[in-house]
Amino acid sequence: MTTSTDRVASHPEPSEAGVDLKSSQLRDVYRQMKTIREFEERLHVEIATGEIPGFTHLYAGQEAVAVGVCTPLTDSDYIVSTHRGHGHCIAKGCDVGGMMKEIYGRRDGLCKGKGGSMHIADVDKGMLGANAIVGAGPPLAVGAGIACKLRGAGRVSVAFGGDGSCNQGTVFEAMNLAVVLQAPVIFVFENNGYSEHTGASYAVGSKDIAARSRGFGMPAETVDGSDFFAVHAAMLRSVARAREGGGPSAIEAITTRFYGHFEGDPQRYRAKDEVARQRDTMDCLKRFREKGVVSSTELDAIDTEVLKLIEECVAAAKAAPLPAVSDLTTDVYLSY
Amino acid sequence: MAQLSMRDAVNQALHQEMARDSRVIVLGEDVSGGAGGTSNEREASGGIFGVTKGLLPRFGAERVIDTPISESAIVGAAAGAALAGLRPVAEIMFADFVGVCMDQIYNQIAKFRYMFGGKSACPVVIRTAMGAGMNMGAQHSQTIYALLTAIPGLKIVVPSNAHDAKGLMIQAIRDDDPVVFFEHKALYPRKMEVPEDPYTIAFGEANLVREGDAATVVALGRMVTFAEKALDALAKEGIYCDLIDPRTTSPLDEETILESVENTGRLVVVDESPPRCSVAADIAAIVASRGFESLRAPVGLVTAPHAPIPFSPALERAWVPGPQAIEAAVRKVLGG
Repeated sequence: MTTSTDRVASHPEPSEAGVDLKSSQLRDVYRQMKTIREFEERLHVEIATGEIPGFTHLYAGQEAVAVGVCTPLTDSDYIVSTHRGHGHCIAKGCDVGGMMKEIYGRRDGLCKGKGGSMHIADVDKGMLGANAIVGAGPPLAVGAGIACKLRGAGRVSVAFGGDGSCNQGTVFEAMNLAVVLQAPVIFVFENNGYSEHTGASYAVGSKDIAARSRGFGMPAETVDGSDFFAVHAAMLRSVARAREGGGPSAIEAITTRFYGHFEGDPQRYRAKDEVARQRDTMDCLKRFREKGVVSSTELDAIDTEVLKLIEECVAAAKAAPLPAVSDLTTDVYLSY
Repeated sequence: MAQLSMRDAVNQALHQEMARDSRVIVLGEDVSGGAGGTSNEREASGGIFGVTKGLLPRFGAERVIDTPISESAIVGAAAGAALAGLRPVAEIMFADFVGVCMDQIYNQIAKFRYMFGGKSACPVVIRTAMGAGMNMGAQHSQTIYALLTAIPGLKIVVPSNAHDAKGLMIQAIRDDDPVVFFEHKALYPRKMEVPEDPYTIAFGEANLVREGDAATVVALGRMVTFAEKALDALAKEGIYCDLIDPRTTSPLDEETILESVENTGRLVVVDESPPRCSVAADIAAIVASRGFESLRAPVGLVTAPHAPIPFSPALERAWVPGPQAIEAAVRKVLGG
């Protein structure tokens, strides 16, 4: 059987476009990936204390996808995210402290504590929301794409999804509509191998999400999702196409999650050594370091700064006030 | 003042608002029609009921968007476009089809503002044709506004005549909250005087259609016309009732209903839907809990039976609540 990784390995596309980035941009790329990683690693620890309420789905392992996709975007471009959305939020420029407070359910959280981990949004940043309904985002991204097209300013819209959402009918509808309208939408499928507790090799009937996307009438490519430079290069091609009026395209990024579907998931569906092996071979941070485009001294300094930032965010979130009960019925309507 | 059908009144509202505000777009299946056909005739339909006629030639295909039969993508795209700053009017051809895009309506559109901590608006209008009486069978005849009235975050409009439909549609498009607008198919051809100039009718303000001390009759949509017939018959015997048309079920003008019942002591609610969890049951519960002291008789509910809508005209006539049932219900609360 052909595995997802085989398809990437056979992909001839060079992944060098990202090295055109300036050194300051490369440092920012690493800082963002590291921020996402440490944000999630710290949540993993804090969730175990019981202090964080609800369901949390960690993005650790997939950072190169969020950052590779969002690096060519500006605040005027839109993304629609998923239940595993922390990485997308950070990569699109959401305030990390505000996110942490939101996840702690605090009044000053990015959504006043009313959204939580699965509903973080910042419309001013073009971040149209994490979304707890698998497959609900792509139709929204097409709508944002219609707005981009109507305004004619070369803006684009990105629908993040996974190997789980690629099987939802809503995603099929959105992909077809995007092709029909030639909307500037990029469908990014993060194939992390699992839709909840079920393997993609079982649940994705055709095995190949990029090929399926091509079936809708749009170009699509499969990239190594643990290689920032590969994701970024593919995204540059998709964004250029969309900005120039060439319509939608799709990217399937082969990636992995270092944790379960949600925190507390015993992951009995994964081989015992799988995550350890993937942390060894598919860690985007290691891969970035190995590329040697930024010196280890500089990367070490960024590591220290990121750890300090996350420490401050957690401390601030823990100390932040809770929402007042009087906030319960506000923000339902603008006027009623 | 011109005599306009309800169809033409809504059409005029759409024309006027699209001319006034370039952010207003219309999308849905066959809103113009003809795309991809062999006749090369665009605007082959102008909406299956003709409500969107003339929009495509005047405003162009960028703003009047024919879509595939993809209700989730239609409503989701409207939602995403609204988050991105447009004011979309999406058409769901028949209210029954809300079933295939329910997630986008009740999990997405209705909740964005709240989940995002009040930092977004989703000014979508969903227009949809509803109602029995045309032998269209169980899947093309329902009213289903009760289902959506139950959902916080949505505003629900159920016009009963052409004049109100125009003012309520203009209000819906200008409103910053999401609105679902139910147009009864049997009311489309009914004409009345409608002012040419744009005007709005505020949501949550009932129309006191008729006045009288004997009883309070509350009716919605097409049922207002049937209630008028019933009250005509009763008036011949000197029995005069208040007839209240709430016009919107969310927000609901509870005060006008309660004040009327305080005066009359008797209430009949007429609702073209099965009885359980209906708007009729809701209004009865509101009056029972907030105006019990005013009631001098049990509340009369005139609804359809707890059954799907049958095809055979002989059966469908029996399903739809009619003037005679309303008249009988009023006589019953009067103790007759």
